Amino acid sequence: MRSYTPKDDVQQKAYYKDRFFVKPPVPKSDIANDEIFSKDLNSIKNIVNILDSYVEVEHLVLVINPEDNYKVISYLNKSLNYDFLVELTAVDYIAKRGGFEIIYELLSTSKRKRIRVKTFIKFSETIQSVEPLFRMADWSEREMFDMYGVKVINHPNLRRILMPNDWAGHPLLKTYPLHGDETGSWYEIDKIFGKDAREVVGPELRDSACVERYDTDRFARLGHEVSKGTPISQGNEPDTPIRYQEEGGVKLFGKKLVTPFDEIETVHLKQRK
Amino acid sequence: MAQHKVNYFAESGTPIKLTTVDKIVNFGRSNSLWPMTYGLACCAIEMMATGGSRFDFDRFGTIFRASPRQSDVIVVAGTLTKKHAEFMRRLYDQMPDPKWVISMGSCANTGGMFNTYATVQGVDRIIPVDIYLPGCAPRPETLQYALMMLQQKIRREPSNMAQKAKRLI
Repeated sequence: MRSYTPKDDVQQKAYYKDRFFVKPPVPKSDIANDEIFSKDLNSIKNIVNILDSYVEVEHLVLVINPEDNYKVISYLNKSLNYDFLVELTAVDYIAKRGGFEIIYELLSTSKRKRIRVKTFIKFSETIQSVEPLFRMADWSEREMFDMYGVKVINHPNLRRILMPNDWAGHPLLKTYPLHGDETGSWYEIDKIFGKDAREVVGPELRDSACVERYDTDRFARLGHEVSKGTPISQGNEPDTPIRYQEEGGVKLFGKKLVTPFDEIETVHLKQRK
Repeated sequence: MAQHKVNYFAESGTPIKLTTVDKIVNFGRSNSLWPMTYGLACCAIEMMATGGSRFDFDRFGTIFRASPRQSDVIVVAGTLTKKHAEFMRRLYDQMPDPKWVISMGSCANTGGMFNTYATVQGVDRIIPVDIYLPGCAPRPETLQYALMMLQQKIRREPSNMAQKAKRLI
């Protein structure tokens, strides 16, 4: 029998201690077991310096120097038949390692093999664009620039893709607040009405659970609606039942055209016709 | 000559009805509300269903228009992002007065579950809203009810009231 531990405060304790999700380590297998991967790796080793290589969940993972990225991707594409750039993105490791990890995920449709190329750049460094090799890299590199601020050189059209062009900051950085920074949280007000309107409109209400029972300016109690701003601090607001028609119908042409609906006088059919 | 004379007083009353200008103007306005085709997210699917034959918005005199110049109502159906906010305001400004706004669904009302940097936390930060319609997404019947509430609101007000420019600022 298991020893008893008191569970009175179990809901107050946090499930996870880390602020961000920490991936459990995935087992890495040896490349020598895979015939195609070991052949590919040996041919790449003749061209560039490979810092690290292993097989992880049927992916060959190569860690390379950032200045070799175009050469490696080009070689994988043209000589080793990796004809499909599936994903291109960055990971923020600024706090831990002072830079970004850039990841290229490639697929060979003829060999049915996947390869992942990783490289690490410092915060201020730039990376060569692979857009001439894969058209897909155009938008992925723009997204990388938009979300992380990674500068890509030789890109044909490096500007933001998701956020507006005059947005300040890069939202997927771990230092960026979820609710936006100063310019982010006032962005639409500044742009449409000007900065002077900030005081008129007021800050964003971010508490979705906020309900003020006696505030009739911003809240309406369902089934007890009153006119905006009516003081109901006594809690004596009347019931307002659902009405589908104004009292006595729309009295434009008198009762001849529009007759009020009467529950009692309505004919109820005993049988369907 | 006299044989063709119709005796209105004996038959069905005079062919004259008395009413007020407010009532006749509001009658026209409330029964020909033309909303703008303006879907932003999944609420737009419900809005389209409301316009379709099963729920049939047309019987309210409500016909979707594809231009802000021809619309009286804008149904903000979906999540309004900050990038899109200025275009939304521009479309609202292009609509002729009198104009009304229905904010449809949680996202348009308060930002909904998108409590993030990229979403406008309620369209009433950008444009003045007449009807807030809760739900995620509201069913077509709910949108019809909101439209009927808007019709009642229009009929209650003096007809020149709505022409007063409603500006958030």
